[in-house]
Amino acid sequence: MRIHADQEKCCGAGSCVLAAPDVFDQREEDGIVVVLDPAPPAALHDAVREAAAICPAAAITVTD
Amino acid sequence: MTTAERTAPPDTLTVPASRAPGCPFDPAPAVADAARTEPITRATLWDGTPCWLVTGHQDVRTVLGDPRFSADGLRPGFPFLTAGAREVIGQKPTFIRMDDPGHAKLRRMLTAEFMVKKVEAMRPEVQHLADDLLDRMTAGRNSADLVREFALPLPSLVICLLLGVPYEDHEFFQERSGILLALRSTPAEAKAALDELVEYLTRLAQAKRERPDDGIISRLVARGELSDGEIASMGRLLLVAGHETTANMTSLGTLALLRNPDQLARLRAEPALIKGAVEELLRYLTIVHNGVPRVATEDVVLGGSTIRAGEGVLCMINSANRDATVFPEADALDVARDARRHVAFGFGVHQCLGQPLARVELQIALTTLLRRLPDLRLAIPYEEVPFRGDMQIYGVHSLPVAW
Ligand code: SF4
Repeated sequence: MRIHADQEKCCGAGSCVLAAPDVFDQREEDGIVVVLDPAPPAALHDAVREAAAICPAAAITVTD
Repeated sequence: MTTAERTAPPDTLTVPASRAPGCPFDPAPAVADAARTEPITRATLWDGTPCWLVTGHQDVRTVLGDPRFSADGLRPGFPFLTAGAREVIGQKPTFIRMDDPGHAKLRRMLTAEFMVKKVEAMRPEVQHLADDLLDRMTAGRNSADLVREFALPLPSLVICLLLGVPYEDHEFFQERSGILLALRSTPAEAKAALDELVEYLTRLAQAKRERPDDGIISRLVARGELSDGEIASMGRLLLVAGHETTANMTSLGTLALLRNPDQLARLRAEPALIKGAVEELLRYLTIVHNGVPRVATEDVVLGGSTIRAGEGVLCMINSANRDATVFPEADALDVARDARRHVAFGFGVHQCLGQPLARVELQIALTTLLRRLPDLRLAIPYEEVPFRGDMQIYGVHSLPVAW
């Protein structure tokens, strides 16, 4: 699994951080998403898919 | 638009729709009916203007995520939910009624203030405030109005602290915020309330210029990008939004648990369920109950209907959150379900900025309440609870409880 987060689209509401805290974080200065682990282990895949599904800005894309 | 076009046929659904008769926790019966029969339907606003009602989960997400549906309150055709809202938006639009890039520019000045990490770090402080309020509420007594003594002061104290607004003035801004959110406020009343709030916050911004503190208003002043008036408008939005939403989720959420004793027992037995339980209460209750307004900027085909440029659309997030294709047995409260796909905070780039804070406040408020008052119960007959069908944010006007 590869993760891409579009920082231009992100509106910083943080849903992804709550859904998958090991994979997503927010930038200190402006709350914009940062990907901590662009190729997370299988155990985290469900959480990442959930994060992508609830991201209000459709900023997270996941490719298998 | 001609007068003839504005007159509603007698059988069309009017919004805001009446919540009676029906279960006070469910969407208005007419909206729920519409959601069952047609995902996208014609409706009429309170003033006779026609608009579209979007009720299904996927369609609501589609509209709220699509820039062809504008949040700009100054665009012709924008569907206002009250006469007061129309007046207020014409006066001083805030970023929730703007489109990108203007919206993003202003919103991004605030995203860092409400990011998950920062808000999580506030837990001890929020916990302390919650305990303090309950100490005072329960001292030498066994009954109180939960709204006045706990559910409202908690988020009010927190947002005042964050903004750098003196809590001593809470009656002043709680009253104005109530007028702004009442469905029947006249345009003149809404305008007066808005002007007083903005004037108060403008003075506050000026004062912070001389004596800065570490609140959000001071930080906005220090950025030097906005005028005091613009800062005041932004502060007004945060102040009003920070008050009524979390307060009503706390009191209505408590009532929903009291009315579902099996769910209450489950949460008491497994306090670790609280995070999911808060998501479920947000889904089940969805206190933004009159719809999220948008206006189409071009013709869009949605669910077989063509929404024309300039036509208003209301996204009914409350019926979307009861969509059984996404949430099995959607009309049941189930504190153990995975409700994270709810749209109670909206969807798209306008999704609630303060949601990490709302979550922390709700988790702490409910956990503390249930832990400290094991015998919590309603102190009046359920039939006498004053529900807020008359407000833009649903909930209860008061909640007399005993313990
Ligand atoms: S959920 Fe989406 S919009 Fe929100 S912070 Fe994460 S990437 Fe950004």
